[in-house]
Amino acid sequence: MRNLWLLLSKYNAFFLFIIFFAISITLLVRNNSFQRSGVLNSSNQFIGEAYSRINKFQSYLNLAKVNDSLAAENARLRNQMKNSFFDDSIEQKTVKDTVARQQYVYIVARVVNNSVHQKDNYLTINRGKRHGITKGMGVISSSGIVGIVKDVSNNFATITSLLNNDTKISASISESHAFGSLVWGEGNYNPQTALLQDIPNHIIIKRGQHVITSGYSTLFPANLQIGTIIGVRNKGGESFPDIVVKLNTDFSTLQYVYVIRNVFALEKESIEAHSKNNE
Amino acid sequence: MSRIIITNLIRFVALIFIQAFLLKNIGYYSLATPFIYILFILLLPFETPNWLLFTLAFLTGLTVDAFYDTAGINAAACTVLAFVRTIFINITVQRQGFENEPEPKLGIMGFRWFFFYTIVLTLFHHLTLIFLEAFSFSELKYILIRFILCSAFTVFLILISEFIFFRKKER
Repeated sequence: MRNLWLLLSKYNAFFLFIIFFAISITLLVRNNSFQRSGVLNSSNQFIGEAYSRINKFQSYLNLAKVNDSLAAENARLRNQMKNSFFDDSIEQKTVKDTVARQQYVYIVARVVNNSVHQKDNYLTINRGKRHGITKGMGVISSSGIVGIVKDVSNNFATITSLLNNDTKISASISESHAFGSLVWGEGNYNPQTALLQDIPNHIIIKRGQHVITSGYSTLFPANLQIGTIIGVRNKGGESFPDIVVKLNTDFSTLQYVYVIRNVFALEKESIEAHSKNNE
Repeated sequence: MSRIIITNLIRFVALIFIQAFLLKNIGYYSLATPFIYILFILLLPFETPNWLLFTLAFLTGLTVDAFYDTAGINAAACTVLAFVRTIFINITVQRQGFENEPEPKLGIMGFRWFFFYTIVLTLFHHLTLIFLEAFSFSELKYILIRFILCSAFTVFLILISEFIFFRKKER
């Protein structure tokens, strides 16, 4: 106790300083609104700063969760959009004609997938088995032919585009009635042109002549516009020149197509197969 | 003894009066405002006991605070001033000399000692005062400029007033 008194008396200046300074600061903080708010504000500022910094890190940690929730919300909203519903109405134009029996039925379909820049191009349409589409049907657009149905599911069908190495369509020149087959590929990968092959040499070919479907196959009705001739590519040593045809159909902007159902296809194919077997 | 008390009382009243009614209205914008009232604490006799010194300093600061409407700022600064004063005097003045040199005055202690005494104590006082007044470090440049200008102004005024009441050492 005595030592404590000694200490206090020895450093009395310091202890007095502490006491009076504490009193002053208490007075200062209690009575001056600016300093009071300053104390509170600086603490608030500090705490707020700390919170915001921690939050920054936490938001990084939660990023994956937030992403998932946003993706889920996107999916939910997308489900509510009109174009996510499958348009199930089937438009088939059937002409009731008592004189002539209808041979071709057209089914309208919307192109939902398309490509023009591949070596073999395919399209997908939103019509399938349920709408009466079967494999091997011809597909046209409002301006020209498009391709042949390749595969069919319940609601969708894939189409081998005309812009495909496998496609071979029977076509003829409308002015001379000479017929050949229309192909794509074989050194021509321009989506706007195709080649008409197997036209004999003696046929006079002029620029601007029209190429139409021949009607020999069961796929397309006769006299559908395909394109116009823009040039001839002579291959050395061969009797059949390659005729370059500019296609009417603009494949890159294709929106709606018509699938053609040939009512007599089965009958025609069976009689042709029968005659072939008989040979 | 009573002479010393009366002198200090008169000095106290005069300084507070000057500070509150004259110097409060003087200043170079808000950058340089002199606080000459600390001269009262500076000129308290060497023999003043510490408890009295601190109490007087605190009361002086509180009085000025009452005029300035700043409860506590000047009181805190004066407490710091008193503390620095005890240390400074402990270091620079021999206790034996108190008989001859009762008061830390210019005429008694000489210009050099008094000049340093004033500068050191003023700097500490103003540092406390201005930082408590600003109460943040956000405008550090303004605070430092104000600190330097105020200190220069105060030291200048204190020296001037000491030269006005200059009395040669009486022996």
